[in-house]
Amino acid sequence: MNERIQDELSGVVLDERVTFTLSEFCLACGVQRELVIEMVEEGVIEPAGRDESGWIFYGASVVRARTALRLVRDLEVNWPGAALALDLLEELGRLHGR
Amino acid sequence: MKFKDYYEVLGVDRNASQDDIKRAYRRLARKYHPDVSKEPDAEARFKEVREAYEVLKDPEKRAAYDQFGENWKAGQDFEPPPGWQARPGFTGAEGFAAGDFSDFFETLFGGARGGGFTFRTGGRMRGEDVSATIRIPIEDAYHGATRTVTLEMPELDAAGRPVRRRRTLNVKIPKGITAGRRIRLERQGGPGFGGGPPGDLYLTVEFEPHPVYRAQGSDIWVELPVTPWEVALGRKVKVPTLAGTVDLKIPPGSGSGKTLRLRGRGLPGTPPGDQYVELKVVVPPATDAGLRELYEKLEREHDVNPRAKLGV
Repeated sequence: MNERIQDELSGVVLDERVTFTLSEFCLACGVQRELVIEMVEEGVIEPAGRDESGWIFYGASVVRARTALRLVRDLEVNWPGAALALDLLEELGRLHGR
Repeated sequence: MKFKDYYEVLGVDRNASQDDIKRAYRRLARKYHPDVSKEPDAEARFKEVREAYEVLKDPEKRAAYDQFGENWKAGQDFEPPPGWQARPGFTGAEGFAAGDFSDFFETLFGGARGGGFTFRTGGRMRGEDVSATIRIPIEDAYHGATRTVTLEMPELDAAGRPVRRRRTLNVKIPKGITAGRRIRLERQGGPGFGGGPPGDLYLTVEFEPHPVYRAQGSDIWVELPVTPWEVALGRKVKVPTLAGTVDLKIPPGSGSGKTLRLRGRGLPGTPPGDQYVELKVVVPPATDAGLRELYEKLEREHDVNPRAKLGV
């Protein structure tokens, strides 16, 4: 197997200090705009701001949206089902001291 | 190439109904899905289950697969019959990235394709997002550091075919990061196709177990052994913190299990976390003659019943 070593890489920590506009958020999640709007309407993710043009998404929402997409695809659940699973997973994470 | 027994993977009979297959898949998917499962090797198990379902849920693919008959056993060397490639009509799996499925699957049914949720414009396809875990000592989160991560990642070989290769990256660990956070490295995931952009790399941070510190979010917890007289008299003791040793004055009369807070001594941030110091009273054994004498004096002169509240 080949191995390549790269120079030092800096990433972005997905926490409340990073924000995304709707189009940046679509790129970060690799999905179309309509799908993000659907996730917001179904309560999977909650941006700040009143309407689409002013929506601000926080870093943790990227993680949440990407997990929701996998759950919907792989477990064949609907958006509310994915949102419920995510809430419970986050609660479990808190109980385990994260 | 090894033969895969998709019926065995899903734990169903060869004559199972489409409903049986769906039920078996959903049950196994909930058990092994990497986002919800605590099983070791959940990811590998889930991929197998997903691949089996991709074939058996589709009556056409299932019929094609069934042609090989039940004489084939999982792991046997397998070559598809001549002319198989020419079969029209199979489109691989929608919504999955290259490298998600086995060679066996891709030879029989074509490569996985994006689509579904992912961007696909014309022949362009965004590369696979890759997730991995990075385990670091708590000290790295306090000071910031650069860590080396080695991952297996999809890449394109000289002929443009996806292969899995080992890649080593030096990743900057930002100061103050907490366990469970993800670091997103843009365009460091799998390669795109047809001029599409590469995917992203997501690293989930975990802390290695530490002999002294335990992190909870950005707060740090330390269990501090103290003597009975240190807590009773309220003495000043030394406490380790991530920034070095500090002095801590114990309020007189503190008991075992009492927790004291050192404000702002946790992981850095705005605001920084705190350090919690849990006092653990340690009673030295009466093996030393002088100590034994002192214990006996206490016993004689101070008749204390710590169990009075229990009614005994």
